[in-house]
Amino acid sequence: MNALSRRTLLASGAALVVHFTTDLPSAALAADPGKLPGALADQPVLSGWVRIDAQGEITVFTGKAELGQGIRTALIQIAAEQLDVQPTDIHLVTADTARTANEGYTSGSLSMKNSGTAILNATAEMRALLVQAASVKFGVAADKLTTTGGAVVAPDGRKLGYGALAQSVPADLKATGTAKVKDPAQHRISGKFLPRVDIPAKMTGGAAFIHDMRLPGMLHARMVRPPRYGASLISVNLDAAQAMPGVKKVVRDGSFLAVIADKQWQAIQAMRALEKSATWTQGRALPEQAKIFDIIRALPPKDTTILDRSASVPADTKRLRVQYHRPYKLHGSIGPSCAIGLMQGDQMTIWSHTQGVFPDRAAIAELVAMPQAKVRLIQVEGAGCYGHNGADDAAADAALLACAMPGVPIRVQWMREQEHMWEPYTPAMVTEIEAALDAKGRIVDWQYGVWSNTHSNRPGTGGSLLAAWHIAQPLSPPPPKPIPQPEGGGDRNGIPLYVFPNAKVISHFLPDEPLRVSAQRGLGAYANVFSIESFMDELAETAKQDPVQFRLAHLDDPRAKDVITLAAQNFGWTSWKRQPGHGRGFAFARYKNLGAYLALAVEISVDKETGQIRLLRAESAIDSGEVVSRDGIINQTQGGIVQSTSWTTLEAVQYGPGGITSHDWLTYPILRFAAVPEAVRVSVIDRPGAPYLGTGEAAAGPTAAAIANALHDVIGKRMRELPLNAARVKGAMSAA
Amino acid sequence: MVKLNVNGKSHTLDIDPTTPLLYALRDELELNAAKYGCGLGQCGACTVMVDGTAVFSCLIPVAVLGEKQVKTVEGLGSEAKPSPVQQAFIDEQAAQCGYCSAGMIMRAQSLLEKNRHPTDAQIRAQMQTNLCRCGTHMRILAAVERASALMRGETLKEIAR
Repeated sequence: MNALSRRTLLASGAALVVHFTTDLPSAALAADPGKLPGALADQPVLSGWVRIDAQGEITVFTGKAELGQGIRTALIQIAAEQLDVQPTDIHLVTADTARTANEGYTSGSLSMKNSGTAILNATAEMRALLVQAASVKFGVAADKLTTTGGAVVAPDGRKLGYGALAQSVPADLKATGTAKVKDPAQHRISGKFLPRVDIPAKMTGGAAFIHDMRLPGMLHARMVRPPRYGASLISVNLDAAQAMPGVKKVVRDGSFLAVIADKQWQAIQAMRALEKSATWTQGRALPEQAKIFDIIRALPPKDTTILDRSASVPADTKRLRVQYHRPYKLHGSIGPSCAIGLMQGDQMTIWSHTQGVFPDRAAIAELVAMPQAKVRLIQVEGAGCYGHNGADDAAADAALLACAMPGVPIRVQWMREQEHMWEPYTPAMVTEIEAALDAKGRIVDWQYGVWSNTHSNRPGTGGSLLAAWHIAQPLSPPPPKPIPQPEGGGDRNGIPLYVFPNAKVISHFLPDEPLRVSAQRGLGAYANVFSIESFMDELAETAKQDPVQFRLAHLDDPRAKDVITLAAQNFGWTSWKRQPGHGRGFAFARYKNLGAYLALAVEISVDKETGQIRLLRAESAIDSGEVVSRDGIINQTQGGIVQSTSWTTLEAVQYGPGGITSHDWLTYPILRFAAVPEAVRVSVIDRPGAPYLGTGEAAAGPTAAAIANALHDVIGKRMRELPLNAARVKGAMSAA
Repeated sequence: MVKLNVNGKSHTLDIDPTTPLLYALRDELELNAAKYGCGLGQCGACTVMVDGTAVFSCLIPVAVLGEKQVKTVEGLGSEAKPSPVQQAFIDEQAAQCGYCSAGMIMRAQSLLEKNRHPTDAQIRAQMQTNLCRCGTHMRILAAVERASALMRGETLKEIAR
C-alpha cells in the first residue's frame, strides 16, 4: 500500500500535520515489562512527580530544565491532560536539587522520553488514585466516575475536589506504572496548540532569565581569564583594582582572578584594569589549524568495533573511499554565561542555567570542599545553550566567589570573549568511508571509521570545571571517556540505519584533546550524518540512481520510509525544475537510531562570483512519536535546520599556536537575517500511542548533508570538509 | 549626576557618566528587556530606541543622551496589554530561548514607526544587525510582517496550527 494513502493531510500554516493510523501497540508509552516507564524507573515515588495540596493546588515536578526548547509547556500539557484540568492549574517546578528528581542532564533530546513519560504515567496514576478514593466515598464504581475541573464527579452529580481526595494518597506511595493513560483520541490539551507559557514575559521585559535576577544586596563580579590554555598568572596589580570606584573585593586564588563590585560597569572597568596589569606564563601552544585533521588522525586512538556484519561480497563491484572533515565549533549562546552564588552560614545556594543541577552540584561541592547536602543548585533559564557551554563553569566561579564573600549574593557574568574562548567546543572530527556497489547498484559492503574526542566532559567531578584548573590547589580533569553505544558520543549515528549485508563500523576514540571540548547539540551525529548522507548521494550518483529512491531501496524501517516519502513529496522532488545556479539535495537520519526520524529536501543557490551558498527552501518531515506540542516540534525543527545551516555554511573556531583567535562575532561569524532561507517547512507525523522520541537534535545532521548534496548538484563538485563557506566553494568552483 | 529619559520618565542618576546605557537600564532602573550579549555592537541583544532610532545600548555612554528619549520594550506594552509588535511576536510564537527577543522587537519597532509597509528585503536588512542563535529567524520575520499589518490596523486571521 502506498504510504501516503493511509494518511489525512491537514495543511496548517507553514506546517503540515499528518496523522498516521498505525498498528503500533497502544500501550507503547509504557516501558519494558517489570520496569517503570521513563524516569519513574529512577524516581518511583509518586509525590516526586505530582503533589496536590488540601486546597487542590497541583504541583508537578521535573528534573529537566527549560532551555528554550519549550519543555515547560509540553510537560504542563501532559499533566493537564491526564489530570483533566486546565494548563493554568498546573504549577511546574523544574530542576532544583532541593525539590525535584535527579534526572541527570537535560540533554540528548530525552526530556520527553524520560521526564515526559514519567509525568504522563505519574499524573495518570494520580488521577486513578483520586477516582479510587472518590469511588469509596461515593460508594460508586470507579468506572462510573468522571473527572473535570479538578474534581471527581459521580453520575448523580455529587462532586469531590482533588484537594480533599489527595489527602488519602500517602506521600511515600510508589508508582505502579499500571494506570491507564488516556486514549489519545480523547485528548483535549496534549497534541493541541497551547501557546508557550514562557513567551509573554520574554516579549515584555519580564524577569525571564537568570540574567534578570536581582537578589537583595546582590553584588556583581567579573572574571579575568588567562590569555590562553595553560597560562598561569605571574603578577597583577591587585591594589590598583581594589582602589577603583565601587570595587568591594578583588579575589585571587592562584590564577583564578575576579573582581566583585557594586555595579556591573564598575566590575567591568576593574576587570579591564586587572587584565592590563596581569602578566602570564606562555601556556600551552595550540596546533596549527590548517593541519588539524592530520593531527587528529595521528593521535593514539582507542578502537571499538560498534558494528560488524559479514556476508560474502560479490566480486564485480565498484568501490569508493572518501574522508570527511568537521572543524571545532562554538555553542555560541547569545547571552554569555551567568550565575549567582550565595553562602549563608554553612549552606551554599547556586542559581545557574546548568543542564544538570545534580552533577553540577557534585562537582561544585568537590571544588569548594563542602558536603553535597550543604549545596543547593537551582536551575534558572539562560540564553539557549545547545549543549555544554560555559554555564557550569560560571556556576563554579559564582561558588568560589560566594566563598570569598559570604553572606552576599554574588552575580557573575562572562564577557563575550570569555564565552567564545573558554567554552568547551564540539570536537573536530574525521570520518572515513569505503563502500562497494554490486552490479544492480546496491550497497553490498560498508566500512566506516570515525575519529573523535569525547563529546562529554560535563561536570560530575570538580576537576571538570574551568575554575578548578586555575586555583592555587588545582584539581585535575578526569580522564575523558567515550559515551557507549547505542547512544554513542563521537560515534553517535555512526551506524547507518540502512541495511547493508556487509558492514563494519569502528569508533576511534581519541583521549588526547588539542582544544577543550564537550557536548554540543547532536554530539557526533552531526558529523556522522553529514558523512553518511553525503556518501549515500555519492554512491547513488555512481549507481546512476535517484538519491531518494536509492535511500528507500536500502531501508526496511517503515517509519524511516514514511518521513523520506513525505519530505520528497512536499518538496516536489519528482517534478522539480532547475533554475540556473540552483540545486537540490536530500538527506535523512533517525537521531541516535533510537529517537526521531527526520528527512528533508532543500533547494539552494550558489553565487557564482562569491561562492556564497544560500539555503532557499527546506521541506522536512519529522516523526517524534506521539505529538504533545506540535508547534514545539515545528519550532525546534525549524530552529535545528536554520542553526545547522549556519554551522554548515559558516562556522569553524579559529586558532593557532598562539591560542584561540575566535573571540567575538566578527572572528566567528554566524548566520544573519539576509542569508536565512525564504521558507523552512516542517511536516509533523503524529503517532498516537507511540513513545515520545524527542525532537531537538534530529535536524542538524540531515541539514548539513542536504546542503552538501545540493551544492554538488549546483557546482558538480563534492565538498567533504566543513564548513561549506564562500571562500571554499569559490575555490572548488575555480579548481579544474 | 546624569540625566536620563526612559519610556517617558525622567531620571537623575548618580553614576559614572561613561556607563553604557545598557547598564544604566539594567542596574539603575532595573529594566530587564535590554540584554548583554557582546558589548561590541555585534549581536543586537541590547537594542533600544533613542529618539525613534534603534541603537546598541551597550555602546552608548549614558552621559551623551541628555534629554533624548530612550524607549525600551517595557515602554511598548505589557503582558496584559502588549503592543502590536509584542502581540505579533506572541502570535507567531517567535522565540525559542527568547534572549534576543527584546532586541529584535525594538529593532522591528524602529522600522515600523517609519515604514508601515516594509518589504521582506527591507525587514531583513533592518534585522541584519541582530543575531538569533536558536534559528528562530523565520518566525521573527513572520512576526515583523504581522506586526506591520497590525500597526496598519488590518484585521488578521488567526494563525492555523
